Order: sequence, then structure tokens, then C-alpha cells
Amino acid sequence: MTSVAATTVPSSPMAPRPCRVRRLTRETHDTFTLEIDPGDQARGFAPGQFNMLYVFGVGEVPISVSGDPAERRQLVHTTREVGVVTRAMAGLRRGASIGVRGPYGRPWPLESALGRDIVVVAGGIGLAPLRSALYEIVARRRDFGNVVLLYGARSPEDILFRRDLDRWQASAGVVVSITVDHAIGAWPGHVGVVPTLIERAPFDAANAVALICGPELMMRFTADALRQRGVATERIFVSLERNMKCAIGFCGHCQFGPSFVCKDGPVFAYDRVERLMELREI
Amino acid sequence: MESLEGILSGHAFFHDLPPRYLELVVGCASNVRFDGGDFLFRTGTEANHFFLIRHGRAALEIAAPGRPPLILETLGEGEVIGWSWLIPPYRWMFDARALEQTRAVALDGKCLRGKCEADHDLGYELFTRIAHVMERRLMAARLQLLDVYGTRP
Repeated sequence: MTSVAATTVPSSPMAPRPCRVRRLTRETHDTFTLEIDPGDQARGFAPGQFNMLYVFGVGEVPISVSGDPAERRQLVHTTREVGVVTRAMAGLRRGASIGVRGPYGRPWPLESALGRDIVVVAGGIGLAPLRSALYEIVARRRDFGNVVLLYGARSPEDILFRRDLDRWQASAGVVVSITVDHAIGAWPGHVGVVPTLIERAPFDAANAVALICGPELMMRFTADALRQRGVATERIFVSLERNMKCAIGFCGHCQFGPSFVCKDGPVFAYDRVERLMELREI
Repeated sequence: MESLEGILSGHAFFHDLPPRYLELVVGCASNVRFDGGDFLFRTGTEANHFFLIRHGRAALEIAAPGRPPLILETLGEGEVIGWSWLIPPYRWMFDARALEQTRAVALDGKCLRGKCEADHDLGYELFTRIAHVMERRLMAARLQLLDVYGTRP
């Protein structure tokens, strides 16, 4: 009889870790938050990073982490139902299996903002990857100057994370301004696009770092408004979204000029990507 | 009590306006106050003023039958409402409604048009400032139209 020695299968960077869904919460009519139990494979993450989430039998998509980086026992992702995979994901229930790879990518450069004012500008679902940064900023509030969150949504019904927004405004030392693109009668808040909030927001432009996430057109208009206010281009950071597949810089799907968004981003200094963002094709 | 001259020179719209022009503009200015719900102006009426908001907020709206008014944008402290006083036939195209108690300086459009006609340098100065406001509003309106948060950003 021949004995076969036990072998260890080396883990592949493309192999997802099977995890369990802990909870799925509806945020708005087309967005939801997925809380995942990482089991004994919790890896932590830095704000701005993303995971590849695999709905078995359907497909894999990159989703930014929207949770608190201090909570290592839970992976939280917020996304919008826009394709086959995210629609299937929205149907997952407690205990369902889901594959996780990551975290990947360069995070928000919070260390470069120490001692400075921080202007966080979010558009739509772009608040999700910025929420992680805000959790950390609030936890280290005394390390920063003025902290301002300018958040633009499509309509009042599309506003995400209302409890967080209220808490940050009320007790966390964050100035929160919310605006919507469209509203009817009863909405008491701002109406207008989010770049219009920049001119009068309470921060010192000469000493501020800006973090922007949202649709690319919104980010371009926002960056322009920040520069008109006096924020240096090299202190403006944007989070880009491209068709990420491998997430480790091998496949080239997310190539963006000389960079791979998955590996060199998703967070970039604006001066590095500004010209590329203006091109029709790259 | 702050003089109208002081208020105007401290408002972003008239920032760095040469004193000789400021003197001319003050002659067309008055302080106004609106309670929440009051209209600054209404669609179709004669556009004889524009407003520099000092405190509070107002909404630019349009009404359609059978539905609540649609808010186009809200404007607050340091901003300007109204340019129909500059362009014939001098009628408001939208409603402007105070969302809360709002204090503003009202500038008499007829009075200013007369002074601009008599002094084209003043006219150029004012038109340049209004054009800047219009350019920013147009950019914002275009971005709004793009509906960037929709399903096809």
C-alpha cells in the first residue's frame, strides 16, 4: 500500500475566500449595504481600498469598502444595483456564501492630511468609499483641522447613510453640507450641484487636502471649483472606477494610461490623472 | 447700524468695486427682509430688482399644474438672485421664495440701467460681474442636466 503525503494547495491570488453574509440592508431604492463575516480570515483594510466580491455562479465585481476600518471582524460594502452581479448580490440573505478577495488598491492619503483641513466631496454612491475615510478621520479628529463633508445626491430620496451624516454633523466635529440635484416642494435643504457648495465651505484652501469620489464629470467640476478656491492640485485626490477584473495588475482591463486603477489606484492624486480624465479614449 | 455702502462693499458680488461706482450703486439700493414662504419675485411679473442675499436662503422655483413646485436651485448668503432686470422684456422667468427669514439688499434695476446708460464704464463693470454669476449658474445647470448620478453616469 502506498501512502500519499498530505499536500497544501498554495493559495492563488485569484481564489476568493468563502465568507458568509451577515446582513443586507437597503439604503435607497437602488443601493444596499452588505455586511460580511470574514470568519478567521479577517485582514483589515485602509479607507479607500476595495474588495473583489464573488457571487458564486454569477460573477465577480470590485466594491469599495464602506465600513469602519477599526472593525476588523466585519466587512461592509455599499453598492448600487446596476448589473447582473450586483442584482444577484442584492438577493443574498443572511448565511449566504460569498467569495471575497482583497483588500486591494491604494487608500486615501490621510497621513498627508495630518494637521490640515480636510474637504471631503462625495457624489451619489461615491459617499461609500469616503465613509470609511470619515470613520477614521472622526476617530482621529484632533489630528486634523476643519473637516468638511460636501455631499451631492440626485434627490432627497437618494441620500445615503443619513444616521452617519447626522451624527458627524451633531457630535463629531464635521461640517456636513448636503445638496441634491433635483427636489420638489417639501425639501428644506440645498438644491444645486455639489461643486457650488465649495465657494463658501469653511476651510482654509491654502492648507487643505481634498478627497473626491463620485461620477467622473462631477469630480472634474469639483476639482476645478477647489482650484478656483485655491486648493493646490497636488493636494486633490480622486477615486477612479474602471473595469477591474484581476485586481492585481495582471490582466490590464483597468489600464488607465500608464497606470492600472486596481493596483496604482483607485485613489490617485488629481495632477496625475487630470489630463487622462479629459480624453475621449485612452 | 451698518451703512448700505458698507453692506454692499462687504458683499462678494461687489468685492473691490471702485468707490466711485459704489457711490452710484448705493443710490439704487435698499435693505429688504422676507419671512420664510414670502416671494422675492414671481414668474411673469416685471423684473425691477435683483437681490444680494445677506442672511438666509431662497429657492428659485418653477410651478407646473398638479404638482408641487420644482426647485431649480437654492441660493444663500453671499449670492445674487435675478438677472431678468438686465434683459428685455424685463420679466421674471421663475419664482424666488424665501426658505427661511432672509435679509437682502434689493437693487433697483431701472435705476441701475439708467446709471449704466449714462456711464458705460459702470455698465461694463456691472455686466462683467453679472456675466460671471451667469457663467457659474450655466455650468451648474449643465452639470445638473447631465444627471450624473443616474444609471448612466
